[in-house]
Amino acid sequence: MTTTMMKMNKRTALATLTLAGLAALGAGAVQAADEPLRIGMIATYSGPYADYGRQFDAGVALYLKEHGGKIAGRPVEIIKKDTAGPAPDAAKRIAQELIVRDKVGILTGLDFSPNAYAVGAIATQAKIPTLVMNAASSAITTSSPYVARLSFTVQQVTDPMARWMAKQGVKEAYTVVADYASGVDAETAFKKAFTAAGGKVVGEVRTPMNNPDFSAYVQKIKDVKPESVFFFFPSGVMPPAFLKVWKERGMDEAGIKLYATGEATDDSYLDATGDVALGLVTSHHYSYAHPSPKNQKFVKDFATEFGTKLRPSYFAVTAYDTMAAIDLALAKTRGDLSGDKFMDALKGLAFESPRGPIEIDPVTRDIVQTVYIRRTERVKSELVNVEFDKFDKVKDPAKEAK
Amino acid sequence: MKPFVVSPARLRVAEIAFWLLLASSFFLLPDKLTLMSQIMIFGLFAVSLDMALGYAGILTVGHAAFFGAGAYAAGLLAKHGWSEPFSGLLVALLVCVALGYVLSYLVVRGADLTRLMITIGVCVLLAELANRLSGITGGTDGLQGMVIAPVLGLFDFDLYGRTAFVYAYAMVLVMFLAVRLVLRSPFGLTLRGIHDSRKRMLAIGSPVAARLRLAYALSAGVAGVAGALLAQTTQFVGIESIGFNRSAEVLIILVLGGTGRLYGGLIGAIVYMLVHDLFADMNPQYWMFWLGIFLIAAVMLGRGGIMGALSRLVKIGSAR
Amino acid sequence: MGIVIFDGVAYGMLLFLIGVGLSITMGLMNFVNLAHGSFAMVGGYAASVLMNRFGLGFSASLIAAFVCAALVGAVLELLFYRRLYRAHPLDQVLLSIGIVFVSVAVFTYFFGPSMQPFQLPPLLDGRVLLLGVEVGRYRLFLIVCGVGVLAALLLVLGKTRYGAMVRAAVDNQRVARGTGIHVQRLFFLTFSLGCGLAGLGGALSLGMLGLEPSFPLKYLVYFLMVVCVGGAGTVTGPFIAALLVGIVDVAGKYYLPEAGAFLIYVVMIVMLLVRPNGIVPRKGIAA
Repeated sequence: MTTTMMKMNKRTALATLTLAGLAALGAGAVQAADEPLRIGMIATYSGPYADYGRQFDAGVALYLKEHGGKIAGRPVEIIKKDTAGPAPDAAKRIAQELIVRDKVGILTGLDFSPNAYAVGAIATQAKIPTLVMNAASSAITTSSPYVARLSFTVQQVTDPMARWMAKQGVKEAYTVVADYASGVDAETAFKKAFTAAGGKVVGEVRTPMNNPDFSAYVQKIKDVKPESVFFFFPSGVMPPAFLKVWKERGMDEAGIKLYATGEATDDSYLDATGDVALGLVTSHHYSYAHPSPKNQKFVKDFATEFGTKLRPSYFAVTAYDTMAAIDLALAKTRGDLSGDKFMDALKGLAFESPRGPIEIDPVTRDIVQTVYIRRTERVKSELVNVEFDKFDKVKDPAKEAK
Repeated sequence: MKPFVVSPARLRVAEIAFWLLLASSFFLLPDKLTLMSQIMIFGLFAVSLDMALGYAGILTVGHAAFFGAGAYAAGLLAKHGWSEPFSGLLVALLVCVALGYVLSYLVVRGADLTRLMITIGVCVLLAELANRLSGITGGTDGLQGMVIAPVLGLFDFDLYGRTAFVYAYAMVLVMFLAVRLVLRSPFGLTLRGIHDSRKRMLAIGSPVAARLRLAYALSAGVAGVAGALLAQTTQFVGIESIGFNRSAEVLIILVLGGTGRLYGGLIGAIVYMLVHDLFADMNPQYWMFWLGIFLIAAVMLGRGGIMGALSRLVKIGSAR
Repeated sequence: MGIVIFDGVAYGMLLFLIGVGLSITMGLMNFVNLAHGSFAMVGGYAASVLMNRFGLGFSASLIAAFVCAALVGAVLELLFYRRLYRAHPLDQVLLSIGIVFVSVAVFTYFFGPSMQPFQLPPLLDGRVLLLGVEVGRYRLFLIVCGVGVLAALLLVLGKTRYGAMVRAAVDNQRVARGTGIHVQRLFFLTFSLGCGLAGLGGALSLGMLGLEPSFPLKYLVYFLMVVCVGGAGTVTGPFIAALLVGIVDVAGKYYLPEAGAFLIYVVMIVMLLVRPNGIVPRKGIAA
C-alpha cells in the first residue's frame, strides 16, 4: 500500500470515527436547555397494524398534554417514522436518519421485535438511549446496553398464567401458538412453568401465521379432549378467528377450559372481537378496566382527548409510561441526555403507571411489573377484561433463568 | 412526438453521467446515504429479475427466494466467524446459482401462469423453511449477531452509512457490468431469441431448456448477491427478505422501470423507493394510496414502464 | 374424519366463490387481475355496513354485496381495464396492483385497519346433525352457496345465448367478433359479473376469514392457486381445485400439523407440474 493511500485511509478512518463520536456527543451536548427535546418514534402507521402507531401517538400526546408539552422543562418534538410493520432494514435506516439528520436524543416506538433488534445495533453504535414501547422478545434488552424496555416480554405474561392454572388445579394443558418467534417463546415458557408446577402438557401445535381457517386445529382438540387449552396468537385477526371456531364447535359445552395471554383480548380489538371472547380468562399487564385511580383518570382523559372510538390498549399505556420514564430519568441526570448517564438513571426507576406499579430492572433494563389474571366480561354494555387475581413484581423469567 | 435521435457515443456519455450522478449522492445527500444504498441494492435485485423475466421470459413472483437465500448465506457466514465481506458475497453468489439451477428444473415447464404459481409456491415454501429453522435463521426475530469486518480491512461500517454506500455502489456497478457482459454475449443473444420465438430457436437446434435453466440460475445468483449486500450493510437479516411481499415489490419496481432494458431495474428502484419515501414522509398513514395512484398513472400514461416511455422519446441512431 | 372433509369442503367452497370470477375474467379477457380480492373486499364491506349500520338481513346483504361489487367493477372496467386488454401482461399486473394499493388505503381510511365485527345470523349459528356428523350451519350454508353458484354458472354458460357468446369469444375472439358478437360489451358484462361474484364471496367470508383492509393482499395467493390449479377460463376446474385445496389444507392441518403451511404449497406445485394447464384444461368455458 502506498503512503498516499495509507494517509487517505487513516484520514477517512479518523474522520469517520470523529463523526461517529460527534454524533454521539452532539446528541447529548447540543440539546441545551431551551432546545426542543427531539424524540424519534419508529412505529407502524400504515398497513394492517396501523393502529399500533396510533396508540403510541395517543399515549405520548396524553402525557405531553398533562405536562404542558414539556419534559424536564424542555419542549418536546416527536419525529414519527413509519416502518409499515415488521421491516428491520427500514427500521435500521430510519434510526440512522433520525440520529444523523434529525439529531434526536432518544429513540422510541418499536412495536415489532425484529425492528427493535435492528435499531438496538444502531443504539449501541451511536450511544443513543432507546426505549422499547412494545416489542416483546426477551433478548432485546440484552442485545444492547442502550436499550431499555417499558412494555413486557412474552414469557413475563405466559409464565404466571401457567402457574395460576396449576394453582387452580388444572392438571393437563394443550398448547396452541402461532408459528413465529413470540409464539415459540410462549410455548416454551408455558411448558416450563406448567410442568414445574406439576402439570402436564398433553399436546402442542403451532399454526401458520397466515392461517385462514382454524377448524382443523379446533377439531383436533375436540377429538383429543384435553382438560384445558392455552393459546397464544398475536393481537389482531387471529384470536377472534380462533375464538369464533371455538364457539362454533361447542368446545365450552364439551368441557374444555380455555386460557390465553392478553393478546387475545387486546383492548383496542375487543369490541370488534365481540361476544365470542366472553368468559375467556387471560393474563396480561394492563386492562382498560383496571380499577386504580390513576388508570381511571388516564382512561377518562384519553376519552376526552380522543373520543370513545379509540380505546387505550397496552400500547398507549406503555407509550404514556415511556414519556414518564424519560421525564423521571432526566430529572435524575439533571437534563443530561448522554447515553451512559441516561441509561444509569433508568436503572431501578420505579413509579406508578395506569397499569399498576412498574420498575425498570437495574441489571437487565427490562420491565418489572404486576401481571394480572382477568376474565372478559360485559360491563355497562362494553366488553372489558376484569382483573381478579395477580402476580406482583414479575421479572422476565427467560432472563431470570440464565 | 418526434423521437430524439441519439448516437451510441452520446448514449455512452449518458450512461457514465448516470453512474457519476449516483456516486455524487455521496456528497449531495449525506443524510440519505443508507436510503441510496438500499435503492442500489434493490436496483440490482430488480436487474436480476429482469434477467429472468425480461430476457429469458420466465414470469416469476418468487425471486425473493434467492434474495433471501443470499442474505442468509452471507449472514450465517458472518455470524459463525467468517466476516470478510467480499468473500461473503462470493459465497452468496455460488449458493444462489446452485439453488437457482436446482429450482430451474421446476420453472422451465408449463405456461406462464403455471410458472408464476410455481415460483410463488417455492418462495413461500422457502420463507416457511426459514421460519421453521429459527434456531439457525433467527426466525421472525431476524438474524442478529452478524459482525462484518471492515471493508478491505480499513473501512468500518459507520453510522452515517458512508462505507456501506461506497461498498454497495462498487459492488452493484461491478455486478451490473457483469450482467451486461453476459447479456450481450452470444448466450444473451440466445436468450433474446428464445424470448422472441421459442419455436424458431428449437427449430435451429438451440438447447432452449438448458439455456433457460442457466439464465434462471445466473439471475438467482445476482439476486443472491443483492441480498447478501443488504445483509452485510445492515448487519441483519429479517425474514421479510425472503417472502412473497418482497418478490411482489421487486416485480413492481421492475415493471415500473421497464423490462428487457438493463437500466429498467435501476431506474425503477430509484423512482419507486424515492416516491415511496416521499409519500411516507408526507403522509405516513396513507402513502399506499398515493403510490397506487402513481402506479395506475404510470401504466395509463405509458406502456413498458419508464424505459418504455424513454425508448419512445429517444431513438438510438445507428452510427455504423 | 367426516367432519374434517366437511370443513375442508366448506373452506374450499369459499375459495371457489371468490375465485371463480377471476377464472372467468382471466379466461375470457386474458387479463391477469390481481385486484380481484379488492372487489371481494368491496362486497364484504358493503355487506358489513348494511348489516351493522342499517340492520339489513344477511341474505339481502349478500345480494347487495354482489350488486355493489359488480357496480364498482363496471366503473373500473370503463375507466381503466378496457384500455389495457391488448397491453403487455406486466402492464396489466402493474395496473391491478395499483388498484389494490388504492383500495387498501381507501378502506383503511374509512373503516380503520382492524377487523370488521360480524355477527352470524341466528339461523346460521351453531351446529346441525347431518348424516350422523355434527356440522357447523354456516359451513353448510357455504357449501350450498358454492354448489348453487356452480350450477347457476354452468346453466348460464351452457344454456343461455349470453353463455354461448362468452364461450365463443373465449374460443376465438376474432371469429366471434366476425359473427357480430359485440365483444367489448361482452367483456364489460362478464367482468362486472366476475366482480359481483367476488363481492358475494367477500361477504360470505365475513363469517369465516374475517375482513380487514389488507384482505386482497393476504388471500391473493389462495385465489390464484385455485384458478391456476383448476384451469383459468373454466368453471368446473376451479371448483375441483378449490375442493382439493380446501380438503388438503384442512386435512393436512388435522393429521399432519407439523406440515402446517407447507402442505398446500407442495401439493400446488405437484399439481402444476403434473397438469400444467390446470385440472380442467381450457378449451373454452364449456363444462
